Amino acid sequence: MKETPNLFNMRNLFIILLAIAIASCGNSKKGKDEKQSKANIAAAGATFPLPFYNLAFKTYQEKAGTTVTYGGIGSGGGIRSLKDKIVDFGGSDAYLTDQEMQEMPAAVVHIPTCMGAVVIAYNLPDIKDLKLSGEIVADIYLGKITKWNDKAIQELNPGLQLPDQDINPVYRSDGSGTTFVFSDYLTKVSDEWEEKIGAGKSLKWPTGLAAKGNPGVAGTVSQTPGAIGYVGSEYAFALNMPMAQMRNSSGNFIVPTTESISAAASGEIPADTRTMITNPTAADAYPISCFTWIILYKEQAYADRTQAQAKATVDLLKWMISPEAQALTTKVHYSPLPQSAVNNAQALLNSVTFNGQAIN
Amino acid sequence: MRDKIFKKLLVGCCILVLLVCAGMIYSLVSGSLSAFNQYGFFHFIGSSEWDPHPDRETYGALSFIVGTLLTSFLALIFCIPFSLPVALFTGSYFRGKKIATFISSIIDLLAGIPSIVYGLWGFYTFRPIIIDLGLNSQGFGILTSSIILAIMIIPYASSLSGEFISMVPNELKEAAYSLGGTRLDVIRTVTLPNAGSGIFASYILALGRALGETMAVTMLIGNTNNLPRSLVDTGNTMASIIANQFGEADGLKLSSLIAIGLLLFGITAVINLIAKFIMKKFN
Repeated sequence: MKETPNLFNMRNLFIILLAIAIASCGNSKKGKDEKQSKANIAAAGATFPLPFYNLAFKTYQEKAGTTVTYGGIGSGGGIRSLKDKIVDFGGSDAYLTDQEMQEMPAAVVHIPTCMGAVVIAYNLPDIKDLKLSGEIVADIYLGKITKWNDKAIQELNPGLQLPDQDINPVYRSDGSGTTFVFSDYLTKVSDEWEEKIGAGKSLKWPTGLAAKGNPGVAGTVSQTPGAIGYVGSEYAFALNMPMAQMRNSSGNFIVPTTESISAAASGEIPADTRTMITNPTAADAYPISCFTWIILYKEQAYADRTQAQAKATVDLLKWMISPEAQALTTKVHYSPLPQSAVNNAQALLNSVTFNGQAIN
Repeated sequence: MRDKIFKKLLVGCCILVLLVCAGMIYSLVSGSLSAFNQYGFFHFIGSSEWDPHPDRETYGALSFIVGTLLTSFLALIFCIPFSLPVALFTGSYFRGKKIATFISSIIDLLAGIPSIVYGLWGFYTFRPIIIDLGLNSQGFGILTSSIILAIMIIPYASSLSGEFISMVPNELKEAAYSLGGTRLDVIRTVTLPNAGSGIFASYILALGRALGETMAVTMLIGNTNNLPRSLVDTGNTMASIIANQFGEADGLKLSSLIAIGLLLFGITAVINLIAKFIMKKFN
């Protein structure tokens, strides 16, 4: 019988908690209604451009009042969310292939937002300004070049005293857009790579060791003597890691910088911007550069979206490719789009419609 | 009345837990079906080919099964010389003394350290030692992760086997002493044979813990999807391939990863069952 008051106390407590919960629910709903006057944009996708998007969307919110929520759930997840029509746009590091475009419920457009690159980081104390070519990097990752003083590397670096040390190639253990860009470049410069390994987000590697994420690869390279690894430029620039100069298709050795990365897209790119810009022809371009895209439906009237919502989405994206937003890219170690890519993106955004009418 | 409600509540909770477990098994089985259908169960566990290239997509679990079993059993072997003396110390030599309580609580502290901390310590402190010893040029591999795993499972092995050792009846030990046996004789002929199956069971439980360990191993094993050729070679385990690859996986690859999860579930379940069976026999 002693327990009776206890139970009643418990019950009372429960009722009080329930009441509080209901009351707080009511409050939050009210708050949401008040905010609804300004547009809310929901998006999800690639994690690679996340630092740039966070900065840009925050700046845009202060400027235009539009709140943008972007979930960094990976390119695949971003495209799935767009397919399910639960987001206003999706972010992706890889453009949709023709077949993937077919599988989408409606026509989509790709808007490039900024550029990045994959840099080759290495750990050789006392060696600065190492020069490498795509062929050599492919041979290292194929296990054909195993020593740092290999003839092929020494030939490119006549002024350097390269050590008689094992090369430890490091790659990504998780599926990653960085791996895709890196391997896409290697398939373009090495026939053997194309035949044996190919391009993809995760691969069957013949040699080396693997670590998770950019931080894992960067940490392993910086802690392992003789290691070489490929790392996203935004990460390597922030850490100021030693990185190799890469020989581009014009035969020039290019240091990865925000300018040389932007230069990779300065040539001809297709009108729909769906292209890989690795191994470009421009003489001053860094050869392992890449776009990142925002993908949205060409016809914006779907899933009960209003004209205002569509306009807010397109306005945001137009601002993203404007000089003001592009100037933010270098602050977080990305590269701005060259003018030709901006022109293409503008034309694509102008083609976006709401119920068949142009949005402006 | 309240008794009835309480009883119903208990029954409900138990059923809920059972349902969660059944649901897990169901989703693992149904998720892995397409991989098993594609490759065949025995071919899947017998093949070490792991190639995600879309034109020649093939997945096999052998390298990961080997990696998991190799690291776990090596860890078990490495931990015996440390955990058995601790168990004898706390359970027999200094049973009930302050020093024994002190040591066993220090050892138990090891169990409370998150595995990522072991991983970091292994990465920054232990791996350079392996490199300096010249075992391999990058310090990652089966051996490195086994040694870290061994340290992680010492508390699991030592505290439980210490319990079993202290449960050996005093009458037996006193009888042995009265026959003129030394402490070593008593341990060799009375304590160990009596507590033997309990000690064995506690090592099996420690092994189960090592099998499922993910984070520290992922950081130290090198994550290469090939059959390890030697103890200092790099490899991969079932838990760490899942942790590494499931994020961007879909289709057949996702199904293969779930299948590996199911296999790991099966292996740990069997090992825990063996331990339970032996302990039951002992009691």
